[in-house]
Amino acid sequence: MIRAFSYNEFLFLLSAVQWTLALSAIAFIGGATVGLVIALARTSDIKAVRLAATGYIQLFQGTPLLMQLFLVFFGATVMGLDLNPWAAAALGLTLNASAFLGEIWRGCIQAVPRGQWEAASALGLRYPGLMRYVILPQAVKVAVPPTVGFLVQLIKSTSLAAIIGFTELTRAGQIVNNATFQPFLVFGIVAVLYFLMCWPLSLLSARLERRYALATR
Amino acid sequence: MNYTFDFKAVIDSWDYLLQGAWLTVQLSIGAMVLGLIVAILCALGKTSGPKPVRWIINAYIEVVRNTPFLVQIFLIFFGLPTMGVRLSPDLAALIAMVVNVGAYATEIIRAGIESIQKGQIEAGLALGLKPLQVFRYIVIKPALRTVYPALTSQFILLMLSSSVVSAISADELTSVANNIQSQTFRSFEIYIVVTGIYLMLAMMFSALFAGIYKLAFAYDTDRR
Repeated sequence: MIRAFSYNEFLFLLSAVQWTLALSAIAFIGGATVGLVIALARTSDIKAVRLAATGYIQLFQGTPLLMQLFLVFFGATVMGLDLNPWAAAALGLTLNASAFLGEIWRGCIQAVPRGQWEAASALGLRYPGLMRYVILPQAVKVAVPPTVGFLVQLIKSTSLAAIIGFTELTRAGQIVNNATFQPFLVFGIVAVLYFLMCWPLSLLSARLERRYALATR
Repeated sequence: MNYTFDFKAVIDSWDYLLQGAWLTVQLSIGAMVLGLIVAILCALGKTSGPKPVRWIINAYIEVVRNTPFLVQIFLIFFGLPTMGVRLSPDLAALIAMVVNVGAYATEIIRAGIESIQKGQIEAGLALGLKPLQVFRYIVIKPALRTVYPALTSQFILLMLSSSVVSAISADELTSVANNIQSQTFRSFEIYIVVTGIYLMLAMMFSALFAGIYKLAFAYDTDRR
């Protein structure tokens, strides 16, 4: 039976926003943690470590995110684990985000002038101290605008979790559309909700970038 | 782990997979070419159009860049028919891809066009070139050369994101994989092979783009 699109349907869509945000937050925190390791490995002095990190990044950037989600989802079954769509989406997005953040942050680490590395090691700092007190604090400044920009991409990526059956905003849109059959209205609202999440971040990222460009001119 | 891998399902439907991969390639190339045209026109409009045109182009770019591709596909495939426009899944997929990549590429090409110095254009006009010639040789070609790496990596991203159009069952690679999967239940085997095919397609496209660069843009730009 076809239902009319009422306030309840709208509330359902609105409440699905929290799942999109929760998934984005988890993927970002997980992705940032693994991504930092990838970025450090990518800028390591040891060739094998560097190569492994490069391979990891190329693998995730060279294949579709949807395939990565499918492989995590169905791969878990192969390993004998029963992963629900929620955990599979979180894990898949974390792996994907870590590759992208790793590559973004590699650039930021390498943007710190060579002299800083040399000065720090001349002062007797070993790798952990050198990274912790000299390189990373300077790299973070450069990293903020592109990282905020990536957050937009991540929020949009969470929509793919709908395909493996996790009920976030896009899946909620499909469910409502199946019941009301008003695709333009339903997906229009879904698009507006995404826009309201992403646009402020896009503007923020652009503003930070401009401010950084002014500061370094 | 006591799972036995069985790639028979993949081998049996290899031809079907290749057909899907071919459609992915066709959709991607079609969307790249059309998207490039859209992007060049929009970038021109944004850099030198009247204010309302600029405003509309900006709105287009912001809307596309801040909403998920999957939602854009749903709007086009399910939304347009309610307004009387019927689309096959393949055509809807192509339109969605063009709309999507057009917005990203516009910003990239705009940056390229803005990197061309005014004096270059004035010099071209002073030498008696027609406006269209100025645009072709002095503005767009060097602009594309400058932004070529960014543009081509956007195109490769487009090819990869085309897997999302399987959600409306256009017959591309991922859809084909889904079909085989639902008949044979060999999900992991199929998706790992298909992921490998995508990886190879990505490498082929980057080799193709490197070749195009050599043919079209490898000229000397030293200022002496």
